[in-house]
Amino acid sequence: MLRTRSPDFERSKCIHMAKINSIEELCNVKAKALEAQKNQKITILVCGGTGCKSANSDLIVKNLEEELASENLADRVAVLMTGCFGFCEKGPIVKILPDNTFYTEVKPEDAKEIIQGHIVNGEKVERLLYKDQNTGESIPDSKHMNFYKKQMRIALRNCGYIDPAVIEQYIREDGYQALAKCLTTMEAKDVIQIMKDSGLRGRGGAGFPTGLKWEIASRYDADVKYVVCNADEGDPGAFMDRSILEGDPHSVVEAMAICGYAINATKGRVYIRAEYPLAITRLENAIKSAREYGLLGDNILGTDFSFDIEITFGAGAFVCGEETALLHSMEGSRGEPTTKPPFPAESGFFGKPTNVNNVETYANVAQIILKGADWYRSIGTEKSAGTKVFALAGKINNVGLIEVPMGITLREVIFDIGGGIKDGKKFKAVQTGGPSGGCLTEKDLDTPIDFDNLIAKGSMMGSGGMIVMDEESCMPAVAKFYLEFTKEESCGKCTPCRVGTTRLLELLTLICDGKGEMKHFDELRNLSQVIKDTALCGLGQTAPNPVLSTLDAFYDEYVAHVVDKKCPAGVCRKLLSYKIDVNKCKGCTLCARTCPNNAIEGKVKETHVIKDELCIKCGACMEKCKFGAISKG
Amino acid sequence: MAIDSLSKEKFEELGAYIDSLPSKKGELIRVLHRAQGIFGYLPKEVQFFVARKMDVPTSKVYGVVTFYSYFSMIPKGEYNISVCLGTACYVRGAEPVLDEFKKQLGISCNETTADGKFSLNALRCVGACGLAPVVMVGDEVYGRVTKDMVKDILASCLSHN
Amino acid sequence: MADMKSINVVIDRKQVSVAPGSTILDAAQSIGIDIPTLCYMRLHNTEYKCQPASCRICVVEVEGRRNLCPACATPVMEGMVIKTSSMRVLSARRMIVELMISDHPNDCLTCTKSGACELQDLARKTGVVDIHLSGKSQSEYEIRENKAIVRDMSKCIMCRRCEQMCSDIQSVHALSGVDRGFESVVGTAFDESLDNTMCVGCGQCVAVCPVGALMEKDDTDQVIKALADTDMTVVFQTAPATRVAIGEEFGLEPGTDVTGKLVTSLKDLGADYVFDTDFAADLTIMEEGTELIDRLNKFLNGEKTALPLLTSCCPGWVNFYESNYPDMLDLPSTAKSPQGMFGAVAKNYFAEKLNIDRKKMFVVSVMPCTAKKIEADREELKEDGNPDVDVVLTTREVARLIKLANIDFVNLPDGDYDSPLGESTGAAVIFGVTGGVLEAALRTVYEVLEKKTLPRVEFEAVRGFDGLKVATVTIVGQDINVAVAHGLSNARKVMEEIKNGNPRNLHAVEVMACPGGCIGGGGQPYHYGDGDILKARTNATYQIDEAKVIRKSHENPAIKALYEEYYEEPGSEIAHHQLHTRYTYRERY
Repeated sequence: MLRTRSPDFERSKCIHMAKINSIEELCNVKAKALEAQKNQKITILVCGGTGCKSANSDLIVKNLEEELASENLADRVAVLMTGCFGFCEKGPIVKILPDNTFYTEVKPEDAKEIIQGHIVNGEKVERLLYKDQNTGESIPDSKHMNFYKKQMRIALRNCGYIDPAVIEQYIREDGYQALAKCLTTMEAKDVIQIMKDSGLRGRGGAGFPTGLKWEIASRYDADVKYVVCNADEGDPGAFMDRSILEGDPHSVVEAMAICGYAINATKGRVYIRAEYPLAITRLENAIKSAREYGLLGDNILGTDFSFDIEITFGAGAFVCGEETALLHSMEGSRGEPTTKPPFPAESGFFGKPTNVNNVETYANVAQIILKGADWYRSIGTEKSAGTKVFALAGKINNVGLIEVPMGITLREVIFDIGGGIKDGKKFKAVQTGGPSGGCLTEKDLDTPIDFDNLIAKGSMMGSGGMIVMDEESCMPAVAKFYLEFTKEESCGKCTPCRVGTTRLLELLTLICDGKGEMKHFDELRNLSQVIKDTALCGLGQTAPNPVLSTLDAFYDEYVAHVVDKKCPAGVCRKLLSYKIDVNKCKGCTLCARTCPNNAIEGKVKETHVIKDELCIKCGACMEKCKFGAISKG
Repeated sequence: MAIDSLSKEKFEELGAYIDSLPSKKGELIRVLHRAQGIFGYLPKEVQFFVARKMDVPTSKVYGVVTFYSYFSMIPKGEYNISVCLGTACYVRGAEPVLDEFKKQLGISCNETTADGKFSLNALRCVGACGLAPVVMVGDEVYGRVTKDMVKDILASCLSHN
Repeated sequence: MADMKSINVVIDRKQVSVAPGSTILDAAQSIGIDIPTLCYMRLHNTEYKCQPASCRICVVEVEGRRNLCPACATPVMEGMVIKTSSMRVLSARRMIVELMISDHPNDCLTCTKSGACELQDLARKTGVVDIHLSGKSQSEYEIRENKAIVRDMSKCIMCRRCEQMCSDIQSVHALSGVDRGFESVVGTAFDESLDNTMCVGCGQCVAVCPVGALMEKDDTDQVIKALADTDMTVVFQTAPATRVAIGEEFGLEPGTDVTGKLVTSLKDLGADYVFDTDFAADLTIMEEGTELIDRLNKFLNGEKTALPLLTSCCPGWVNFYESNYPDMLDLPSTAKSPQGMFGAVAKNYFAEKLNIDRKKMFVVSVMPCTAKKIEADREELKEDGNPDVDVVLTTREVARLIKLANIDFVNLPDGDYDSPLGESTGAAVIFGVTGGVLEAALRTVYEVLEKKTLPRVEFEAVRGFDGLKVATVTIVGQDINVAVAHGLSNARKVMEEIKNGNPRNLHAVEVMACPGGCIGGGGQPYHYGDGDILKARTNATYQIDEAKVIRKSHENPAIKALYEEYYEEPGSEIAHHQLHTRYTYRERY
């Protein structure tokens, strides 16, 4: 059992503290930071993402530091707590630079061995090294891990590389150079033009072209205009935005300021889930140190551009990911979406022109400004430029956070990066786009991933959740799971979503309970179509996707539930029956004693029998049987 | 609508916080977060106090509180158990774990046991998907939880005292 | 033909050009294409507009757009090609109505709203003959009621018209969306009874509810019982605004004056006496006018006095200031409302005259208003627990009673009010419209102070549908500043202004809670969003005034006689005891 305490302390390390008044001063800070890095011969990076922190990575840092101190190595070796490495499956991760040694599942008590072995004696700690799951061989250098080989990190460029609490490290990696470039060498319209030329599309779900969005927002004049960052990542199983904010908060702060310059806005707001305490702390720190450095506030970098950012907390409503709902929530109201037009660009936060983008979108901006639109456009596909961050989860070997170029195939993501299906089981489907997306199957594995292809396949990019399922996943039950989510998260404003999602869920429940009829398939399809066609906002319009996509791709499985009253994956409890194999049962009575409902009869050393009418299908007997005599089907 | 003298200090703290805001416009949710932080939950009296102090209709405060799942009108137990039902945890068997908690505690989600010891709720993705399924008790994280571990988790809470 | 600025679209293969900013619904209506709506409501001539685009009934197909669009909230764009009744649209609409009905109790047979229900109407229009949905769960809520309003939220379809009205037009904020998803509903804070909320009982929520979720509390049974009781002397009073509206319930044109038929129908029902609230309105002017004159005199003499005087005839307004402005309770006139005065006169003066115990007299008010039901229950309007007014029926309830009795209302002969509480002036009837109370008061105050006849009876400046009207009248060389507000959000504006030092030096303020005044009351026949109905009722009211020989309250001979015989003079001790009231602060959610 893993049992840890996640400490609430967060290290804020601001070294410089003086205001940066020009691009030259910014470059000086960068040069100093590079020099400092060079002086450190060895750097130990410890993952400080939520997953690894939950597994006690704070204590690892503490132990490593103590160990170094006792060896008098503290000034030669730096220990940094970074953002997420992405390889959450094997966390906590410790990585040692410069040779990229990648230790997995490190425990606090391993600190001594790492320092003594690796640092003092120069011998890598073999047992902590990552083992290739196919060959079983240790891979000492993370560059050679399949998990990282096909990745391309732009939005995640600094995650797992810099200490997010130290602004100098961000500046060292060209941080705030893009803002400086915009403020000193570009006009607002040029910034917008680069964004348009880059082909960047909104990473929050719908994929609206970012440059165009900025251009529209720039057209409206008002006394106050807002730049809003949507960090209300509510997708179950998605944690891209959180990881970026935890690992590289300045990338978002800088981009929001650039957006402010481009659309002539002076105020920024980040709307962030209150359930993300670590991301909130790191973002607060980032804003604070950016202010201290004069990278936020009045007359940034000595120019006449002023911009500042405030944080607003969400309060647990998935629908607030929809931009109009988000704005209402920021205004202190119920997060109910309103019909567009007017778009936020015209009338947004408190009726003022507002540009809303999500975290990952912003995280790409500075790199585009620095490296140019052509560079960005050259990555990905024609209509979906750049990379996309996915949260890879489910029945997959390498659960984690990845960033890949658009156009990569699902097969590469699941089998190369993700390391294939857990426990050697068979791939069944992958769900993309969370509750708004759909399930893709074997036949879609070689489809290049981009916005349009996913929609064409009945799914969508969504914010980037990617849940892999194996043969033990029941697709009607998966659809039901998502509908439970959307039903609960529906704001209740419009009829199709408020009542329609409830009716969809009821139909799916009937099917999963074995009470389904063939006519229900038509009902599901008709109702889904109308909900897609008429719901007020994106939440409702996409809510039927999990139903329609599974109904199309796994029709036989649905039919099995309805006609044969069987759940082929063995998930739907009400359709299961447990049987005791006469040939294997030894009559040990363990199952009968385990059964919570006294549904098993039998004498000692005689074959036992499960009484179906009493069986509550809890599966306890099957788990307990030492002879594998109990099976379900 | 009377204010209990025991909680007078808490109301004063909340009142001072509201007074410290540069502007009350649009800050209702921020204030409710703070209020829940102070009181642990948002009973009627607190909502009414916020409404008056913020000059916002009480009906609106209640409408907002009931809209967002983060806000609760029921006091949380000494140990607040949150079972992650994010997709990654769900696919890896979080639902049977939640059912087991319900069974052992005799309460449903968003309820608190009669002795005030435990409250139970389901949440969406804490982001520790590598540890799925995940259960949080207060700020302690339990990873790779199975049904069988439920009993031990509850027992270890009680042994804390 | 099309002007340069107008936008050209094609709707159902018809070309139409409309002004920029028009919605598809506006454009369709301009060429007579009917797109069904439900949550959408705009009450013309008032500021009320509910356009949440949430019911999705009005969806139409717009060429080039992936999804259907709500006609009520989609602005037209040049070159749009719109289909309002393609098969895709029709089946979507039908499904949406099915969804609504699937979460709605199936009790049309016994629902009072049946026949006036917009959902029922839609079900027929969209061809719903069966609910093709296997889901069964329904959101169920306890029925909550107070003296005025019954809330059966199981019937709520979340159009939010009531919430919009309560918040936006009335600024009462008793209602809000509560919970979310399938469980979401329009509710009160903490699900409290309306009595514990800021609700003023105006019933404007009832007036706009498309279904039977919000209804007036039906008190017809009590009246039937009283009428059947031979020991009981049943006395009716009819409020000014009812006579120009009740005809609508029987298919007559809005604005038809049916005063005589109303009197006859009540007599046919078995009333012992049918009197007129207008009589009491004249009495109100005497008492309230005297109070205003007193306060003005003090003011002119440089003495301290409470100004401006606020009218107090409207019970919704009274409830509003009692719970919102505890520090300003010295401003409203202490005069009871006409209904209250009538009750006091009937149960004291008239009962004595008939020589019967007041408990043997049963006073029924016919009112355009739901808040009057709450007013009649006030302790100040009772003596030894016996109320001055026993039951208040709204216009809609009286119409139901008349229908129940099988009375052929349209073809009834005109009847006359009984004497002595049936005689009234033109000043009294205009109590039913916004500005009317103040105009009636000015007619009297002017003549009393100036001691000469008004050159022109009509005060046009206080007439009309503007939410807040301010005028100055010169009386005895003094500028008297008056304001008239209707819709409580306008009243709130005036009150905040007064609270902040009364910069416009207002001397008298009239407030009526409902848009348009009592003619738009929460108990009136449904307007279904047609504000022209309110205009027609208003015009009819002014016509009645014009047709009267006597148009000033102080000239009403029956009133003069009443003072001579019983109340001595306005503001006398007995008048104070019976015709005035007091106000208390009520803290509410």
